[in-house]
Amino acid sequence: MELIKELPEVFEEFAKQRQEAFLGIKQLKDKGVPVVGVYCTYFPQEIAMAMGAAVVGLCSTSDETIPEAEKDLPKNLCPLIKSSYGFAKTDKCPFFYFSDVVVGETTCDGKKKMYEYMSEIKPVYLMELPNRQSEDGLRLWKNEIIRVKEYLEEKFEVKITDEQVREAVRVMNDVRRSIKGLYSVMANDPAPISGQDLFHVMYGSTFKFDKKAIPAEVDALTEKIKKEYQEGKNVGKKPRILVTGCPIGGATEKVIRSIEENGGVVVSYENCAGAKSFDKMVDEEAEDIYEAIARRYLDIGCSVMTPNPNRLELLGRLMEEFRVDGVVEVILQACHTYSVESMGIRKFVNGQGKPYISVETDYSMADLGQLNTRIAAFIEML
Amino acid sequence: MNYVGIDIGSTASKVVVRGEKTRWFVMPTGWNGRETAGMIQDRLKEDGIDVSGADTVTAATGYGRISVDFADYAITEITCHGRGGRVLAGDECTVIDVGGQDTKVIQVQNGAVADFLMNDKCSAGTGKFLEIMANRLGITLDELFQLAADGSVLPISSLCTVFAESEVISYIGAGKVREDIAAGVVESVAGKVAQLAQRQKLSDRVILTGGLSHSLYFSSRLSEKLGKNVEPTEYGRYAGALGASYLAEEKANRSNTGGAC
Repeated sequence: MELIKELPEVFEEFAKQRQEAFLGIKQLKDKGVPVVGVYCTYFPQEIAMAMGAAVVGLCSTSDETIPEAEKDLPKNLCPLIKSSYGFAKTDKCPFFYFSDVVVGETTCDGKKKMYEYMSEIKPVYLMELPNRQSEDGLRLWKNEIIRVKEYLEEKFEVKITDEQVREAVRVMNDVRRSIKGLYSVMANDPAPISGQDLFHVMYGSTFKFDKKAIPAEVDALTEKIKKEYQEGKNVGKKPRILVTGCPIGGATEKVIRSIEENGGVVVSYENCAGAKSFDKMVDEEAEDIYEAIARRYLDIGCSVMTPNPNRLELLGRLMEEFRVDGVVEVILQACHTYSVESMGIRKFVNGQGKPYISVETDYSMADLGQLNTRIAAFIEML
Repeated sequence: MNYVGIDIGSTASKVVVRGEKTRWFVMPTGWNGRETAGMIQDRLKEDGIDVSGADTVTAATGYGRISVDFADYAITEITCHGRGGRVLAGDECTVIDVGGQDTKVIQVQNGAVADFLMNDKCSAGTGKFLEIMANRLGITLDELFQLAADGSVLPISSLCTVFAESEVISYIGAGKVREDIAAGVVESVAGKVAQLAQRQKLSDRVILTGGLSHSLYFSSRLSEKLGKNVEPTEYGRYAGALGASYLAEEKANRSNTGGAC
């Protein structure tokens, strides 16, 4: 596939993909395609894809619905949880509206309790995610994956075969490979594109429902970026930043903007918008495909795991591959697991001889001034 | 050449000029940073320093740095206080800056900022807290410290400035002496600043900058809480502006020699 459009136009399209998907989801729904709404990277998408369902990330990144959520939930709670619940309660999220079922996981305490209330609004299926990446944890998680498959089979009156699951694995692996290929271009110094553009493509791609079409499109984009880089196009020599921590998107893109407006460039995302979601493949050839899926997803280095060595492993690898000058951790207000883990991450990053800063933020724009001062000072330091 | 550092803080604006002329002055920021910047420009002009002239380089810092549209550089107060700290205490030091709306702990290593911490979204542990309490007691900040030195601490337990003010009002209502209330107020701020500072490994030399930096009483309370000598600095309130003026010089020299800045 050859990309005939100009890069800025392609980036803009990806940035708008989420809005475009509002219509897309309605069309799918009209055709009778089942829709599974999700919030978290831990959800094994392959299972829903195997029965031909559309999997969509539900609205959780705007402060628009937080006041409504705070009528029911504590104010001092993670904005992602409040926003998610608020969108469900006010029915302002088209993806939520068109979802036949929401699948959640027992990740952090706030989320799992919130799902209890959400289930009064919409059918919510809760998967039990283990706390540890142990062999017992793996068994539990594999059973949970089989259970969610059986739940979907019963709810939608379909049969999901192992071969369909394996085929979905192949499709998703190909998506992962293509996105990894895209973000690998950022290993170049100077970086070929801005971190914001990269983010928009990664985030936007998750709102494309025809997963099979993603790799060709992303590969073509990657080729075009490489070609233009060869021709001398880049963002200039800048301090290279890796972003880690809580999920970002929507309102919290303010952190990416702040980094890049203050002279840095985000060359790598370790969080759920980036490498956490795309780094590892599912073993397509595994004899037991469910175990392979369980292994891949359980391996995600989220701070809800204890201990959480995989986060450090990935972080260290990315810092090296992307020649990172400094690490910025985004912590959402009242996120205990990331906030406690922050000390360990600081030690790890400093141990690699690199500076680290954590910024705690929420979905409001009230802290923009403080955020800018901290991030500008951090970049001046590099 | 003249190198001008302008630090537009939330409460006070500080100006340092180095080079052919030497000037240090401070003025209240007032409600409009841009207007303050204009007043600074006029005052400098009266002294024969033309900020738009070719022989003057200006760096602005502080929360109002973007309001100084005639500045050649805008640099964060963290970098500037770090640079100012280096002038005041050398290449290896910790700067504790208690400002009008935020408090910063800055580590200077090998003459550069290596790490820093800032208080979050709360005025407790900042100059604003002291200002509000001094107003409530009907005294100036300097009087507050003088009274506090003669008082014995009345505990103020609230973490919130507004609630802490209610505590002070209750003490006033209960007829407690001003010295003891003042001691309680200073103790509360010192405690919160120390809490922030303790999250970092402090250097052998620790200096206090910002509007409270000349207070011997405040630095001694901080020293006790941190178990480390925190040096008061006579001109610590100028540390940000001083740092800005040095950075203006360094940046200008670097761009003159063709290097990146």
